[in-house]
Amino acid sequence: MAAEVVILGGGVGGTILANLVAKHSSGSAHVAVVDATGIHVYQPGFLYVAVGQELPSALRRPEAKLLHHDVSLVIDRATRVDPVARKVQLESGRTLRYDQLLLATGSRTLMDEVPGATDAHDFYTMDGASRLFEALKAFAGGTIVIGVAGIPYKCPPAPVEFAFLLDDYLRARGIRDKTEIKLLSPLNRAFTIEATSKLVQPILAERGIELTGFFNVESVDPAAKTVSSLEGETVAYDLLVLVPPHRGQKVIEDSGLGDERGWVPVDKNTLKHSKLENIWAIGDATNIPISKSGSVAHYEATIAAAEIVAEVKGEAPPAHVYDGKVMCFLETGRGQATTISFDYDHPPVSPTPARRWHWAKALFNKTYWHTVPQGRLP
Amino acid sequence: MSTLMSKLQIDKTIDARGMACPGPLMNLIGAIRQGQVGQVFEVLSSDEGSKTDIPAWLTKARHDLVEVVQDNGYTHFIVRKAR
Repeated sequence: MAAEVVILGGGVGGTILANLVAKHSSGSAHVAVVDATGIHVYQPGFLYVAVGQELPSALRRPEAKLLHHDVSLVIDRATRVDPVARKVQLESGRTLRYDQLLLATGSRTLMDEVPGATDAHDFYTMDGASRLFEALKAFAGGTIVIGVAGIPYKCPPAPVEFAFLLDDYLRARGIRDKTEIKLLSPLNRAFTIEATSKLVQPILAERGIELTGFFNVESVDPAAKTVSSLEGETVAYDLLVLVPPHRGQKVIEDSGLGDERGWVPVDKNTLKHSKLENIWAIGDATNIPISKSGSVAHYEATIAAAEIVAEVKGEAPPAHVYDGKVMCFLETGRGQATTISFDYDHPPVSPTPARRWHWAKALFNKTYWHTVPQGRLP
Repeated sequence: MSTLMSKLQIDKTIDARGMACPGPLMNLIGAIRQGQVGQVFEVLSSDEGSKTDIPAWLTKARHDLVEVVQDNGYTHFIVRKAR
């Protein structure tokens, strides 16, 4: 009898894993993806929606069209996992039994956790990015403040990239000289990675983007239009863009599968749940202290897929484990970008920003639908 | 074994050994964000960058660095949330 492989989440990680397990399990597994909307969203595109360089419709495709023909898509919301009975409860009342369960549930953003942040914008959801673009179109000059209200958050370079793309946008509108851009960083550098920060900080200075270090956003006063930090500083804004606090999904918290913020504890190499049998987690959902990004979900999915295939076929686990590989692009504006690559044993390296990296990122974004979900890229 | 001089009661230990910079500091910031004034946190870090990052952040954020003790391949930082 085929093993039941249930995947919670139809994002990049869940989709790749579903397709790879279906393709390589030789009939040993029945694969089901549970997704609340049935719509696959390409989240790295939100940044471009926020500055009017991409349309929301270009970032959505029906999940069913991206899945291998042997994968079942269950459009429903998982509400509870019972790891003892090996069952997943769905919102509709239906229950799914599993032999192997993959948690690819991603993260959620909660701006409500920041006191007073009622007028703060963000580019971490499609709606947030669309609203931000509307606000930018109506903006005629003043101070735009970009801050971070919680760590970890998806795509660590995103606030820096947004600052550069915003600079381009304001220049194109002819209002850059009427606008101050202030980037508030939680660390004493532009962002988490020191080598890349050294590369981008002179470019921030050259573009007139003011960087303030050690500013972890704690609260907002929307009446006074000020944002205050955990460190005790206050900055005034006309338009505020915050990276909202992130948590794991509610189903993880409600089922007791994660830590106090809902991140699933896993072995950083095998991606197996640290305490529970027959459960894996990948992507944003895990507590591994590396970037929450599409590339991590992608690389982890290929590893977890091979492990699950071995499990359902009754074979020895594969020797190749997840080595912490991360690869991402970082837009530096004016049609240029750099890349950041590293793993657990190798520190990050970034080449000098150039046009070719911007085009490589644009090409990747456009061809994503035909390559990544199907597991066609290693 | 560590040879901590302080006899403070530790409210929370953040074992960030093996985490690359700035993981240890980020975990400390997260703990201080959620913690109460007066609580004492212990951070264990094997990352060299923590030796400068953690004291620099504590100075800026005006929390107390109570003690720093070098152990076998890692560093203990004892921190008190001061405000």
